[in-house]
Amino acid sequence: MGTRHVVVASSAGLHARPASIFTSAVAASGVPVTLAVGDGAPVDAASILLVMSLGIPRGTEVRLDAEGDGADRVLDELVALLETDLDAEEVAP
Amino acid sequence: MSSAPARIHDPIVGVGVGRGAAIGPVVTVVEAVGTPVDEPVSVDRDATAALVTQAFDDVAAALRSRAQSLTGAGAAILQATSAMALDPALRGQTVAKVAAGLGPVTALDEVVGQFAQMFTAAGGYLAERVTDLRSVRDRVAARLLGLPEPGVPALTEPSVVVANDLSPADTAALDLALVLAIATDRGGPTSHTAIIAGQNGIPCVTQAAGVSSMPSGTVVAVDAAAGTVTTNPGPEVVEAFRRRADIARTLAEDTSPGALADGTAVALLANVGTADDAARAAAQAVEGVGLFRTEVLFLDRAVAPSRAEQAAAYAAVLTSFGDRKVVVRTLDAGADKPLAFATMPDEENPALGVRAYRLVRTLPDLLDTQLGAIADAAAATGHMPWVMAPMIATPAEARDFARRARGHGLTTVGVMVEIPAAALRADTILAEVDFVSIGTNDLAQYTMATDRLRGELADLLDPFSPPVLDLVAATAAAGVRAGKPVGVCGESASDPLMAVFLAGLGISSLSMGPAAVPAVRYALAHHTAQHAAAVARATLEASSAHDARAAALAALDADVVEALSLRPGA
Repeated sequence: MGTRHVVVASSAGLHARPASIFTSAVAASGVPVTLAVGDGAPVDAASILLVMSLGIPRGTEVRLDAEGDGADRVLDELVALLETDLDAEEVAP
Repeated sequence: MSSAPARIHDPIVGVGVGRGAAIGPVVTVVEAVGTPVDEPVSVDRDATAALVTQAFDDVAAALRSRAQSLTGAGAAILQATSAMALDPALRGQTVAKVAAGLGPVTALDEVVGQFAQMFTAAGGYLAERVTDLRSVRDRVAARLLGLPEPGVPALTEPSVVVANDLSPADTAALDLALVLAIATDRGGPTSHTAIIAGQNGIPCVTQAAGVSSMPSGTVVAVDAAAGTVTTNPGPEVVEAFRRRADIARTLAEDTSPGALADGTAVALLANVGTADDAARAAAQAVEGVGLFRTEVLFLDRAVAPSRAEQAAAYAAVLTSFGDRKVVVRTLDAGADKPLAFATMPDEENPALGVRAYRLVRTLPDLLDTQLGAIADAAAATGHMPWVMAPMIATPAEARDFARRARGHGLTTVGVMVEIPAAALRADTILAEVDFVSIGTNDLAQYTMATDRLRGELADLLDPFSPPVLDLVAATAAAGVRAGKPVGVCGESASDPLMAVFLAGLGISSLSMGPAAVPAVRYALAHHTAQHAAAVARATLEASSAHDARAAALAALDADVVEALSLRPGA
């Protein structure tokens, strides 16, 4: 069982493209991860619907929880992802 | 009642958008299914849950493969929708409700309904995602019920898309390069479908009741100009459409200045009311502005706009048109265009009262400020406009206006001919100014003593009324004698049939909504000055508006009549 606290860096918050990148990474990891804001109930971090419905703005501290094999590695990767401004990653085609 | 399908009338008549036409096989857009009433609960809940999971997987895979065959906005929308179909919370909660005893579609609708409500309440980006959510719901529900997938099927060949109505998501998924035409049961000329069709030059017929029940593969002819959808059109329709397509291409490609077949110039100009209008019109193949209605700037104002504000608005229009001609009409207020600061309160007959140029009697500063602002705009932009006054009745009024305008340094001064008195004595009016422009709408109103706003009298205002045509002819003849330009800037100018008649009278410019220009240009280019004069003579000999139109039509080049689908009742 691992827990991480991280501040969302994406300029538009955890929305749209950043939310899509984040939830896809969770799903691809195969490890069940939950995401929570403050005292709120944790939600399935692989669900773009649930993550977006939290409406997390930039600068918000969120909590990630995971358990099982590779939980710590996956959490570290996800923290690195959330600490990046994913809105700025857009590469011109 | 038997279950036989309702007989569909052929052709189906609806409301056309644009003038295009196309023939091709129908592809039917399938409607989404609603929540089944009293959906039975599966005995084997585990098996039903597995079916739900499979349906989500199938929908996600189908959307992903569709997205890969598209580019741009359509692909992005389908990718996002596909991601939603894979969402673990959406399927997890649905499966949980199935396990709790709900029917699968009922369970799906409850879960989707909760998310949709939450997203709608959040507004903004999330609210916009509700469309994707509903799209996933419709597709999964169809799979669960064993029905064809709703929405637009993937097009494999050029097709006519038919639907009850098309949603924005439907149109986003359309490969427009393969859409020959669109026909819908509902919608209207301003609906989303119609706007998309218009922007992409796709022939479209809306309100074609029954069209969506046509089986896929039926060959139909969609005629937006006529507003009809005909099943299994014969070879004569195919040939007629092919010729129309050729002509439409020619019309759109031809951006040459307006001229008769022998080279006689007839300038094709735009009517504009605002700087935005002017910016749009300037992008079209028009030779300038024949009527800039300045009153738009004055409407809904408690006091007149300042000289500086007016000058800025006029300069914007002059800048849009650069070196092209712009004719600015001074304030035409009163009657049907009342202004708070310039309307006589107790006029019993405002159309016959102190309106338009006549305001100079009560509010002379209004005109002087406006003429000053026009001069300022000319100085600021380096483009000298022509300027004209509306509602001139006498040579003395024309002389007075010309003196005032020239006093502000404006060099090309004219007046409108829209009162029969001015048309009857056009020689003496033209002696005072550099040009005149005929306003056919008001000229008809004053000639026929018929209020333009009374719908029940509309027949008296037919632009082909012989007495109105006589006054137009008299004014044109005076212009030819004086060697000065006579333009037409009323509705009449936009009718290709009337345009040939006017050119035959020696009218030197026609001003209209820019969309009408290509057809008028085409009609003019197919008549010599001699032929147009013959059309004018034949038209003037008729004794009624109906006969005048028929005579003009009979004298017109037959290919033009057919190419532009000109009809006697138009």
